[in-house]
Formats: sequence, C-alpha cells, structure tokens
Amino acid sequence: MIAELGLAALWMAAALAALQLIAGALALRPRGAALRGVIRPVAMMQGVLVALAFAALIWLFVTTDLSVKLVAENSHSAKPMIFKIAGAWGNHEGSMLLWVTIMSLGGAFVALVEKRLAEDTLIATLAGQAFVSLGFYAFLLLSSNPFERLPQPAPEGAGLNPLLQDIGLAFHPPTLYVGYVGLSIAFSFAVGALVTRDVGPAFARAMRPWVLGAWIFLTLGITAGSYWAYYTLGWGGWWFWDPVENASLMPWLAATALLHSVSVLAARNALRAWTVMLGVVAFSMSMVGTFLVRSGILTSVHAFAVDPTRGSFILILLAIYIGGALLLFGLRASTVTEGARFAFVSREASLVFNNVMLCGILGIVLVGTLYPLLTEAFGVKVSVGPPYFNPVSAIFAFPMIVVMAVGPLLRWKDDGARRVAPVLAIPALVALGGAGAAFAAHVALLPALGLGLGGGLAVASLLPLRGRNLRRTPLPTWGMVISHFGLAVALLGMASEAAFSIEKLAALNPGESRQVGPYALSLDRIDPVAGPNWTALQATVSARYAGGAPVVLNPQARTFANPPGTRTESALLTRWNGQLYVVLGEEGEDGRWQMRFWWKPFVPLIWLGGLLVGFGGLLALIGRVARDVKRLVAVDKIAFRRERQGR
Amino acid sequence: MSEPLKTGAQGPAPHHPAPRRPALAVWLPLVLFTAFLALVIYGLVRPGDREVASTFIGKPLPAFDLPPGSDERPGLDSAHFASGHPRLLNVFASWCVPCIAESPQLAQLAAAGVEIDGVAIRDRKDDLARFLLANGNPYARIGKDDLSKVQMGIGSSGVPETFVVDAHGVIRYQHIGAIMPDDVAMILGKLKEAGLKNAGLKEAEK
Repeated sequence: MIAELGLAALWMAAALAALQLIAGALALRPRGAALRGVIRPVAMMQGVLVALAFAALIWLFVTTDLSVKLVAENSHSAKPMIFKIAGAWGNHEGSMLLWVTIMSLGGAFVALVEKRLAEDTLIATLAGQAFVSLGFYAFLLLSSNPFERLPQPAPEGAGLNPLLQDIGLAFHPPTLYVGYVGLSIAFSFAVGALVTRDVGPAFARAMRPWVLGAWIFLTLGITAGSYWAYYTLGWGGWWFWDPVENASLMPWLAATALLHSVSVLAARNALRAWTVMLGVVAFSMSMVGTFLVRSGILTSVHAFAVDPTRGSFILILLAIYIGGALLLFGLRASTVTEGARFAFVSREASLVFNNVMLCGILGIVLVGTLYPLLTEAFGVKVSVGPPYFNPVSAIFAFPMIVVMAVGPLLRWKDDGARRVAPVLAIPALVALGGAGAAFAAHVALLPALGLGLGGGLAVASLLPLRGRNLRRTPLPTWGMVISHFGLAVALLGMASEAAFSIEKLAALNPGESRQVGPYALSLDRIDPVAGPNWTALQATVSARYAGGAPVVLNPQARTFANPPGTRTESALLTRWNGQLYVVLGEEGEDGRWQMRFWWKPFVPLIWLGGLLVGFGGLLALIGRVARDVKRLVAVDKIAFRRERQGR
Repeated sequence: MSEPLKTGAQGPAPHHPAPRRPALAVWLPLVLFTAFLALVIYGLVRPGDREVASTFIGKPLPAFDLPPGSDERPGLDSAHFASGHPRLLNVFASWCVPCIAESPQLAQLAAAGVEIDGVAIRDRKDDLARFLLANGNPYARIGKDDLSKVQMGIGSSGVPETFVVDAHGVIRYQHIGAIMPDDVAMILGKLKEAGLKNAGLKEAEK
C-alpha cells in the first residue's frame, strides 16, 4: 500500500513538473499573463509530493517490507535501524529518488522564498528546474522504479553487508548530493537569466545564496569523504585521485569559480558571461561525475555489461541538458558579455585569473579521469594517477594561491600595484622563508612550495581585516577571510603530510618495540576479539610520546563471515602537532606480526582547513540571508505604514 | 574551459568602450562538451575486449636490470626470464586504481603455482609496501622502473598490463588492462601454451 502511494506521488509530481514547464513557457509570452500565478504553487506542490514519495521509501526500509524488490535486495530485518534508513539511499534507485527529491525541494524552496529576482526570470528559472527534473523523473519511473514489488515477498533481505555498515558511508552521500543537486538551482538560474536576457547585479544577488549553500555542502562532503577514506582504508593516504573522488571535486572547482564570479557580478556588474557559463558548467560537472561513476564506464572493460540502459539514459539527459544550455549560452552570450570594465590590476582581474586557474585545474582533473577512455579509443588502456595529477594541478594551483593572497587587498575597478606592495611584504617574506627553509631541509619541490605558500597565504588571508572595526565588519567579509585562511591551513596540512611523514614497517614479536618519529611504540600482545558479526585479531600497542606516559592503541584486522571479507581497523592517536596511525598486518612465517606505523606531523590540518573553508561559507551565507530578511521586513513596514495613513 | 574576457581585463583603460562582437570562444564550452560526448558514446558502444596485437609478441625481452621495489623481494633482471619455465610479467603501480581490482586474480594465479614478476612504474618504495600490504603480494620479484624504460621496451603503454613470457624469455602474449575474474582461465591457457606444465588446471576447468 505504502509503496503504491509512493509511486503514485512520484507520478503526480512528474505530471506537475510537466505542467510547471509548459505553464512557465507560456507565461513568458505576452498573452500568457494569466498563467503567471500558477508557477509558484505548482513548484511547491511538486516538492511536497516528492517528499512524500521519499518518506514512503524510508518507511518501507524502516519496516523492512520484503515484498518490495529494492528492500529485499538492499536491507535485512536484523540491520541496526540507522543502517536500515541509510539503506534507502545506499543503492542506485534510492539515490536517484534522493536526487529528484533534493532537486524538487530546491525548486519548491526557491518558489517559496525568492523575492529578489525579477518575476520573468523567476518563472524561467522554475521552468528550467522543472525541465531538468522531468528528465530525472523519467529516468526513475521508466527505468529504475524504487517501489517495484516482488511477485512473492522474499523470506529475508539480502543486504546485510557489514562492510557497508559504516556511519561515514551512511551520511556522506546525502551531504554530497545536497551539494551536487543544489547546483541544479544555479543551473536553472543561469538558464532562466539567459532566456530572459537578464544577467545583472539583481540576478547575481538572488543566485548567490543558493550557490553558497550548495558549495558549503560540497566542501563539507568532500572533506568528510577524504577523512573517511583516510581512516578506513588503512594506508595513510587521504586523496587518491580516483574517479569517484574526482567526480566530487570537479563540481566543487566549478562551484568555487562560480561563487567568486557571482560576487563580482553582484558588486560590480562585471563577469556576466563567466557567471552564466560557470552556472551551467558547475551542475554539468555534477551530472558528468554522476554519469562516470554510475555507468561504470571507467572502472573496467566489462563494467558496462552491468546495466547499459542506465548509463545511456543518463548520457541522453546529459546531452539534452548540458548541450542545450551551452547552445543557449553560445547564442545569447554575445548579448550578455558586456559588463562594467576594469583595469589589469584590480580585484576583478584577480578574480578572472582565479576563474581561469580553477577551470584549468578542472580541465586537468577531467582529462585525467577520462584518460583511460581516451587512450582506449586508440587501443590501449592506461590509467593515470598522482604522478600526473599532483604536479600538473600544482602548476595551476600555486599561481592561483599567490593571486589569492593579493586579490582581496585590491580595490575594485582599478588599483596600483604599488599601493598594496608594502602590505604584502610580510606574507611574501613568510612564503619565501618557509619555502627556502623547507628546501634547505631537503624537502621535495612541491611540498616545499606548498609549505611556503600555505604560510604566506595564512598571513595574507588575515590582512583584509587590518584597520577595520572587527565588531562592525560584515559577516560575508569574515566568511571570506576564514575560508581563505582555511584553505591555507589545509594546504599546510597537505604539504606537511607530504614532506614530513615518517613511515615504519616492522615485524614484531609481542614485547618488542620500535621508535617512530617522536614515539616509542611497543607491541604488548595480540588477542582474538569478537564483534557482533565479525571476529578480529587485536593488537595492543602502547605509545609513549617523547618518553611520556604510555597511551594504548588497539588496531584490528577484522574478518567477516557473511559475506566473507576482511577489513583493517587502523588505530589513530591525534595530538596537536600530528597523528600517529597504526595498522596491524598479517602474521609472518616466523611468527612475528607485521605492523605498519606512520607519524604524520600536522596531518589533521587538512580536514580542519576543509571545515574552516565550509564554516567561512556558512558565515557568509548567514550574513547575506540576514541582510535580505532585514530588507524585506523594512519594505513590509513601509507598506504597512502607508496603508495606515490611508495613502 | 576558458572563455573570452570580454570585460576588458587586458583591454584598454576603463573608459574605452569596447566594440561589441560575439567572440567565437563562447562556443568553446559546447565544442568541448560535444567532444566529451563523442568520446563517451564511443566508449559505450565500442566492442569490448578487442585484442590489440602487440608488435613485441614473439620477440625476446630486452635486456634490463631493475633495482628491487620492495624490501621483501629481490629486484628484476632480464637474465632470469631464461630460467626454463614460463612466467608472467605484470606491469603495475601503487597509484593505479585498476591494479587494485586486479589483485585478487593475481593472487589466484600465484596460488595456482604461476610465478609472477612485477615491474612497478614510477613508484616509491613506501607507497609500494603499503600497496602490497593492502592488496597482497603475489610477486616473486619486483623491479622498480622509475622512468618507464622497461615498460616502453616491452611495448606496454599503461598500467596494469600483463605479459606471458615463455621459457626462453620470449613474449608470447600481452594482456592490456586488469586481469578480470573471467580472464584467469584464459591466462592460464596462454601459460600452458607457452609450455607450462601442471599449473592450476583445476582453476582453468571451473
């Protein structure tokens, strides 16, 4: 019953999306004025219906309704409740429903609260959102229905994979999804503005909070995902440049460029074409990333036999939406490229440079991700990895960081390099000194540059606050400072990890010890332990930092019986100045245990920096929204007074 | 992915009006996207698994001598390929994602008694040790090929690739891409053709 309700709600929502698209297209004509009032309520109702469908799916998973195919394949009555719920989106159909849910709720939310945008552009935006949603409704209803019933209810569910029962896995995807799909709103905004030829500061101010919101979620999602990979995979790496990671990084790069472009458009009425193009590209990258991961086109030669219809379906959607939007952009760009002009040394110019560099990194990541496909076209299958990605992306990233230090200090429109040079002397000295000292200590080139630039940027990012009354500094400025500082912190963490990590592989008998960096580590004993659905060997390692009191660590090597699998549970010990990372390996032939130890100075700064970047975004968002609310309240008050005075 | 700076970033001073002309560059994103689509569609419809005949098949391995890539295994020189029984030469790297997917199959082959020699491409010792710890170590020897010299010398252009080398050090078969579960029997067959007796026929007859 619930499943049928969910399906019916989904069909009705799809019908409303079609109505929203058609009514929106007609309302923009001179004779369609009567339809104008329909669009907002339809968008809100569509959101309500989809939310209902999604709630129905969650309910089916909570109650473990085994007559539903998706539940029988992906859940189990003995699962902990939290993983039953997370199981609802931990599969293809459910995650697509989540995708559509976020998309429609986003549209409904825009219809509900958006007051800044010109009415015509808003209608075009909501019609665009409906157009994109329709494709995904079709995908769900025609080729991956989450509510499909089994002819006979299954006796028990199949999905009790313990390897997938991890709290990080449960909540990391929805976070990223909100970011991914939030960019669809920016996409619709860009398309709406192209349709109505209304690309100006008002449009940028309306679009900015939506871009910011999506970008915050993406930032946090990527940060969390990186940490999750770091502590579960047990090999001390925090970024692997694999297609799935790149799929989340590419929209972030585009969204970062978009965020800065939107700010220029809002403040200075420049970078119009850039803003619209990046609005299209950011969501395109979300879709491209989803396509690459879903279709399995990259992982192996045979993966596409899994389900060719899925990949083709997403590909057709890609072609229609991205192709269409870029075509519209090409046709209309000539009419929107005119904007306010600026000199070569100015804040706008530094932001243009930032856009070009971010797009450069984006291109590099995209090419690197598609490289196996590219070479396969010529009959070879090749994979590229960090030896390509690290240096090549650094070529773009490092100049960008230099400009990042300078840019916020420049005036809009026109500035002299001489004016800011004295201010920048300190960060420049920090950067040169840091890089020089690291280089003198035989650190490799990239990490040494990273250390120098990270230090310099950390100082420079705080400079916009100098000479200001800190209590009256607007929140968006604080946000910028904190985000830029966060990036410097993350960069310092990355460079430090690359430059100073100490790694020891040791075969130990219980009772033996090793020195790893500042730590003296001794293997006390190995015990068998049992969990709810696994057995494990657990090492007890005591770690003394520089001769201090011992701290006990318990890394495990877990074995799961059903389905069979092993997983290493690394043990981490975090101090202010770094992390100790311990992994238990196998028992050697001579009865000694293989242990792996890392001492990674300042590695937590990577994720602390990521959190700061996201937090800065959040502050900026709060500042912008608060200002909008204030303005609306003031407008209402004036209207109310006028009414009372009988005017 | 770039686009014209029609806003005069490098243009004249702020008060010069620029001529209004649509630049061709606004079509660049669409052109790039079309190229992407063409590539992906090709990737979807291409006949899977065409064998690309390497020009090196039937030729002896070039002479090389690589330093060890791991503290637990000796290095690799071309002399011991003339050891009198066929073996596999696996070109891999710790930074290569498909190599992780391949590792269970290599372990299966090693368990079936096949001797596998590894050539690690542009890799670092600590990364390698970590990779082997995480994914198992099926290799009898591991040579470190930091400049891809050996890789080029045997006609391999990427990772992972696997070569069947016969008892006299002559390349008999080149497998491009990861060895997938349903390739194992085929690889064992190729080894048998190359003169391997008694290797894991149980696996092959599954």
